[in-house]
Amino acid sequence: MTDEPLVLGIETSCDETGIGVVRGSTLLADQVASSVDAHARFGGVVPEVASRAHLEAMVPTMRRALDIAGVQLSDVDAIAVTAGPGLAGALLVGVAAAKGYAVAAEKPIYGVNHLAAHVAVDTLEHGALPEPSIALLVSGGHSSLLLVGDLARGVTPLGATIDDAAGEAYDKVARLLGLPFPGGPPIDRAARDGDASAIAFPRGLTAQRDQAAHRFDFSFSGLKTAVARWVEALERTGEPVPVADVAASFQEAVCDVLTAKAVEACREHGVDVLVIGGGVAANSRLRALAQERCDRHGIALRVPRPRLCTDNGAMVAALGAHVVAAGLPASRLDFPADSALPVTTVAF
Amino acid sequence: MLVVVVDTSTPAVTTALVRVDVDTTGAKGVELLAERRQVDARAHGELLAPSVRAVLAEGGATPGDLGAIVAGLGPGPFTGLRVGLVTAAAMGQALSIPTYGVCSLDGIGARTAGTALVATDARRKEVYWAVYHERRRVTDPAVDRPGDIRAVLEELGVTATVAVGAGARLHAEALALPVLDAYPSPVALAELAADRVRSKAPGEVLTPLYLRRPDAVEPAARKRVRP
Ligand SMILES: [Zn+2]
Repeated sequence: MTDEPLVLGIETSCDETGIGVVRGSTLLADQVASSVDAHARFGGVVPEVASRAHLEAMVPTMRRALDIAGVQLSDVDAIAVTAGPGLAGALLVGVAAAKGYAVAAEKPIYGVNHLAAHVAVDTLEHGALPEPSIALLVSGGHSSLLLVGDLARGVTPLGATIDDAAGEAYDKVARLLGLPFPGGPPIDRAARDGDASAIAFPRGLTAQRDQAAHRFDFSFSGLKTAVARWVEALERTGEPVPVADVAASFQEAVCDVLTAKAVEACREHGVDVLVIGGGVAANSRLRALAQERCDRHGIALRVPRPRLCTDNGAMVAALGAHVVAAGLPASRLDFPADSALPVTTVAF
Repeated sequence: MLVVVVDTSTPAVTTALVRVDVDTTGAKGVELLAERRQVDARAHGELLAPSVRAVLAEGGATPGDLGAIVAGLGPGPFTGLRVGLVTAAAMGQALSIPTYGVCSLDGIGARTAGTALVATDARRKEVYWAVYHERRRVTDPAVDRPGDIRAVLEELGVTATVAVGAGARLHAEALALPVLDAYPSPVALAELAADRVRSKAPGEVLTPLYLRRPDAVEPAARKRVRP
């Protein structure tokens, strides 16, 4: 299969500096330098801290990825880089680096969409994606439902969060419960000992009146506030907060809405494949509930391993390889980093 | 030896292809082969790479002909500054050639006369600045409000007679000095790195002269929801 394109992928949309190398749908290297620890004391990603870290990590991370893949820059067929969406300053470090590599090594460059890359990464694990499929992307930065046809040509957004991303809600609730940042893993752990039906937290945008305008959208801001009110009411009375029950009930509310809407989207569009990506895809309850509901409706569930769900360069390389194989023209060298890049634009 | 120079520390995106003489004639020996300057504070990421490619083409060179990259380390607005430095670092890595950093203010100061205050726009009503006497920097690069600089200079016993740069133009009134316009000169930046280029000194990691910490506040107590 040596005629498959050898593609280098660069990802810097948030707090991970990711460099990946793929040949077609074969993963050769996936190196990530994370600045997550530098953000922990701020309780969220600080854009300037992330941007500084990307600049420092770029060259050494590239070195490691090329060494592990056993290739030189001169060997690659194309360079792909996340052009958006994401943090503007952080994106720009990756885009500028990719252009520097492309100019120096005289390679074609593809500015690609981060969300489409989260979908494409699954091909590294489970092979070609059936068309069409539905993708649910959930992380600290995004919560989106997508209808995916030919990944190289375009993705149709079905819905997205209208306020906080799911991962953001995890971070905020973790803080409320005195758990560390990022909030996903500690809440998942705490929830294992809790009763998910202990507290009836609200399910955003699931009411009948929301069906018309927000059928496939999400809202987690009301849930976050409800958890805060519940915890504080208890604190006022001096009673101890049942952290495990709050974590389990909160997590159930998030995963219930995410999986219910994802399955509903599959049924609405007659699609029998659901792909889940993004950092929250590592959540054990989300995986279990999605599996249960997909099984019930005869939908095949595809979730890449956790390492590929979080932001990385391999996903960008995977999408790049797909775009190259589809024969799309390379991006012009003056394409911008676009923090609000719509998912309908898969490649510049 | 052919060298690409980049500087993105100001609204100007500056690139050049220069030849740095390798024989030690004593002269500086930096020859300008091609230069591009585009002023747009918000488009460094779009403008820089095409402009590097353009100066190479205009100078009749390919990337493989390059022997080193010289980059202005700032100080300058962070986002634009990083565009230049990460581009330079990536090119250096891709070509396995050394990268050398130079203070961007020096790229202006090296073209001044007498005692000059070089000031670039640091936004937030501040300037990045340093003082040059006979083209040599006599103060450390700093970031301050223009109105506070006079007191700093008095303390140092320095009297500038002219202010140079876009920051000086923007705050001419507060600086109370005659103003000249200038952006970093790529030839000046190359000259400042020429000894390192000629001697094939080990390449340097291009670390920006940030001079400011990131804006980030640690949350104090937990935010309480409104009743
Ligand atoms: Zn992501």
